Amino acid sequence: MTRNAIKDLILEIIEDIDEDADFDTLQADKPLRDQLDLDSMDFLDIVMELRKRHKLQIPEEDYPELATLDSCVNYLEPLLADA
Amino acid sequence: MNTQLPRIVITGVGLASPNADNLKTYREKLLAGVSEITELDLRYFGKAPAGICKFNETKYRKKKENKRGTRAGCLGVYCANEALVDAKLPIEHYKKSRIGVYIGLTEHGTVETENEVYNISQYDHNVDYWTHHHNPRTVLNNPAGEITMNLGITGPHYVIGAACAAGNASLIQGVQMMRLGEVDMALTGGISESTGSFGIFASFQAQGALGAASDPREACRPFDNSRNGIVVSEGACIYVLERLESALERGAKIYAEIVGYAMNSDARDYVLPFHERQAECMALALERAGLEPEDIDILNTHATGTKQGDIEECKAIRQIFGEKSSTHINNTKSIIGHAMGAAGVLELAGNLPAFEDNLVHPSINCNDLDPECKLNNMVFDTPVEMDGITTILNNSFGMVGINSVIIVKKYQ
Repeated sequence: MTRNAIKDLILEIIEDIDEDADFDTLQADKPLRDQLDLDSMDFLDIVMELRKRHKLQIPEEDYPELATLDSCVNYLEPLLADA
Repeated sequence: MNTQLPRIVITGVGLASPNADNLKTYREKLLAGVSEITELDLRYFGKAPAGICKFNETKYRKKKENKRGTRAGCLGVYCANEALVDAKLPIEHYKKSRIGVYIGLTEHGTVETENEVYNISQYDHNVDYWTHHHNPRTVLNNPAGEITMNLGITGPHYVIGAACAAGNASLIQGVQMMRLGEVDMALTGGISESTGSFGIFASFQAQGALGAASDPREACRPFDNSRNGIVVSEGACIYVLERLESALERGAKIYAEIVGYAMNSDARDYVLPFHERQAECMALALERAGLEPEDIDILNTHATGTKQGDIEECKAIRQIFGEKSSTHINNTKSIIGHAMGAAGVLELAGNLPAFEDNLVHPSINCNDLDPECKLNNMVFDTPVEMDGITTILNNSFGMVGINSVIIVKKYQ
């Protein structure tokens, strides 16, 4: 999966969680939580969706890797290389 | 009831029933006998008559919150907000720490658990796919808690589990907490999301107690010889309760004063109702209200449309009210189905406007009255106009032998 495809995947998952999420001004290097109406339970939703869609088991210690859109892409790129 | 206790009044009503999303429309449809019971196709179970509420689910909270929370929470948030709007009561009027939220439920967590078991069945029952939302959704206080989160209420919230007597039970709890001075305003009522559970339908079916008819609107037929069971409905109704002095001080519209209540237990059977305890419950509520049976203008029956249940209640009513009672008898479930934990409060709400329009709304779907259910002044098919209506008695009974009665009076 390309970096752009991973980015789209994350945004699609966030849109499923909150269809009112506004991505227009989203800065990829800033924490998603500071810019969108997301809390810890929403991040667990992202983890669950990645598990359901791509059978990814993300260990709890890696959750901070999902803090920003850029860090999501960096973290998921090798894991989704064959996806 | 002890006259020294604070007098508690209903000053706002918010509701969602299968035929309306506000009291005005609800009353109009009850008077016209308009049922909107439909056919629902349930996972594993198949088709069954059911009552489904149509209301603006995002009027008071975002879709995101509805997704995260429960259907019961969604119904509760809508009705609590509607009750406050109806009461013309800004939430800031009372200290948020002095507001209590007491919600009656027949069951909770059944729907969410069934959904989750189904969800993991898609993943070979691997519990790694079990949602982290399960616990906050299924804790019993969930629907009441969702209301406090939505409105920023920091006073007590909890749920009264009382089978199908739960709506009345929560109203009683609200009155008691107001009288004890625990809170200054209460949001009390009942909620049911039971139509989301195939298990509830399957269990009634297994008991031979699930109503059916070729037209789903005719599936709930209390007192009719051909009645064959319950129609499960979702629904919710929440009242604003205030002390009389506070309500008068702010010039609130007063729907009714709660003047009597009682609850008791059959101590007998898991599912079969028992007229003797029901009669005792009505007698106790009347005694506490300082009223005689002949003082009651309308008696809203609990009758669900089961063979035995309807007969037992009619026996109990006969025992207390006699053969020549002047009290008018009606039934709301025939029109809206059985809204379980919301039934008591939703049915009482449908009768409250009688204090203004002096009409007794009818029961429907009884074309061949079971002689064992025959009572004086039963109101069928068309409303009956009375020369002034000032008292309503509301029965609500439930499984495992739980009975509740509420008596309200017109405030004048």
